[in-house]
Amino acid sequence: MADDANKVNGAEEASVKERVKPDPPGYFEGESMTRRRVFTIASQGIGGLAAAGIILPAVGFAVAPIFHRGKERWEAVGPVGDFVKETYRQVVFTETEGIGDAGKTTAYVRKGSTDLGEKEDEIIAVSNRCAHLGCPVRFVEAAGNFICPCHGGVYDFVGKVLGGPPVRPLDRFQTRIRQGQVEIGPRYSVTSQLEAVRARDPGEFTGGIWEYLYPPRPSTFPAP
Amino acid sequence: MPKARLPKIPDAVVPPPLRKPGKPGSGGTPKGQAPADLKTAPPERQSAGEKLLEVGKEAPIDALGWVDQRLAASGFLTGMLYRKVPKGTNWFYTLGSATLFAFIVQAVTGVFLAMFYVPSATQAYASIAHINNEVPFGQLVHGMHKWGASVMVILIFLHMGRTFFFGAYKYPRELNWVIGVVLLILTMTMAFTGYLLPFDQRSFWASIVGININGTGPVVGPYLSDFLRAGPELGATTLARFYAIHMLLVPGAIIALIGAHMYLVVKLGTTAPPWVKADRPKIASPVSHLEAGANGNGRVNGSGVNGARTHGEPVDGEGNGAPPA
Repeated sequence: MADDANKVNGAEEASVKERVKPDPPGYFEGESMTRRRVFTIASQGIGGLAAAGIILPAVGFAVAPIFHRGKERWEAVGPVGDFVKETYRQVVFTETEGIGDAGKTTAYVRKGSTDLGEKEDEIIAVSNRCAHLGCPVRFVEAAGNFICPCHGGVYDFVGKVLGGPPVRPLDRFQTRIRQGQVEIGPRYSVTSQLEAVRARDPGEFTGGIWEYLYPPRPSTFPAP
Repeated sequence: MPKARLPKIPDAVVPPPLRKPGKPGSGGTPKGQAPADLKTAPPERQSAGEKLLEVGKEAPIDALGWVDQRLAASGFLTGMLYRKVPKGTNWFYTLGSATLFAFIVQAVTGVFLAMFYVPSATQAYASIAHINNEVPFGQLVHGMHKWGASVMVILIFLHMGRTFFFGAYKYPRELNWVIGVVLLILTMTMAFTGYLLPFDQRSFWASIVGININGTGPVVGPYLSDFLRAGPELGATTLARFYAIHMLLVPGAIIALIGAHMYLVVKLGTTAPPWVKADRPKIASPVSHLEAGANGNGRVNGSGVNGARTHGEPVDGEGNGAPPA
């Protein structure tokens, strides 16, 4: 093998011949993978870690509000004597702070009526947010119904659906009496039997299997 | 395709140290007596002005040549701009470009609106009123953006309808259809997020309804609503969020996908309208294919891969034309 041609090419060629040839190719003694592979995995791993270090906090930053529950907010809307059991009184209060009038919402408030199976001393606060897609409903005194201007949803006196597209009765707000003042607190939703459940967005069914298909969100307050 | 020859850069535009040295023997004037006819009828000498004019005429080409020597883009550009289109190509084929133009209008007017708009719940409405009432041409630019949004949505649907009814979504263009559908969704996202930005009663309630429609999706819907609103109720951060999605996130994605969409259009070529029949049977025997290739007249236009190539390009054994140079 060591013929004249190799000698002409010089010492370099000779040293290659002397070097131990790895077998299988690329693997040196005692190694379980090639060096090329080690560096490939290492550089991809480190690059992945670096990318995750940037992307995960950024995504978390955008997604975090899903898991954040604000402070419970109670607002006085008038003395107890202002409210009767026969009809509703419209009150406006702030539901979301920091955006001025846009954060205000309307509730229809009355005293509980024993005729309707409610306690006499309780205060009922019905949200004006339609359970269809969130338009503002209005209590129409003459009909004794809540009527939505957007898509024709109609609710009866207690907020149960009479007709139209709404999927559940009108939401309610927690209420309490402090120093003779009626205070309105967090929102909650009700099932078709008026059982309190955690607040749902409009358009979402409540009760039965729907509690799993439209799971309660961590950003809402527990039902009373 | 003939090779594009790169124009020579004249010495006038090259700084002296970088000039190519002359060939041996080209410098200086030849010795000896001038021919007789030159003496009696000397050639007209160019005046300085004429020389300048000559250089000036060549200057744009030379400048382009200088750029192209470094970019090497002329081959790609001629291939793209002079690509063949099938017989029967008509005005319906301009709907995609029209959509692109609508997007460019939205991008340009959007940039200028952003110079005056304040994405804050308390100032957004006032800033839009300021644009409309006080900024010169503000109402026009705002109007272009507002109505242009509708135009873009209409055009994208017409473009989609053209693609569907001409069967242009079929093999090998399925991926381009998928990209187009993603672009449609992104365009709708733009329309939805942009609607809230004036923060008036209409946009406020429309966004509430839109977010609640999103929320009706089972299982993930409620969380999607919270993500869009950045909380359980529509608030100050919702506007900032919609603004960021409208201004930064989606436009970047749209630009990237438009690039991919147009790359595939150029790469795959366009289809002929369905009423243009193929000149030859779609499935030809290998022999006839070879013949077609051999006489340089292989037409399998009107369908599939070869829709874009009508004349004079060789066709290989699988019915695929040579790629455009």
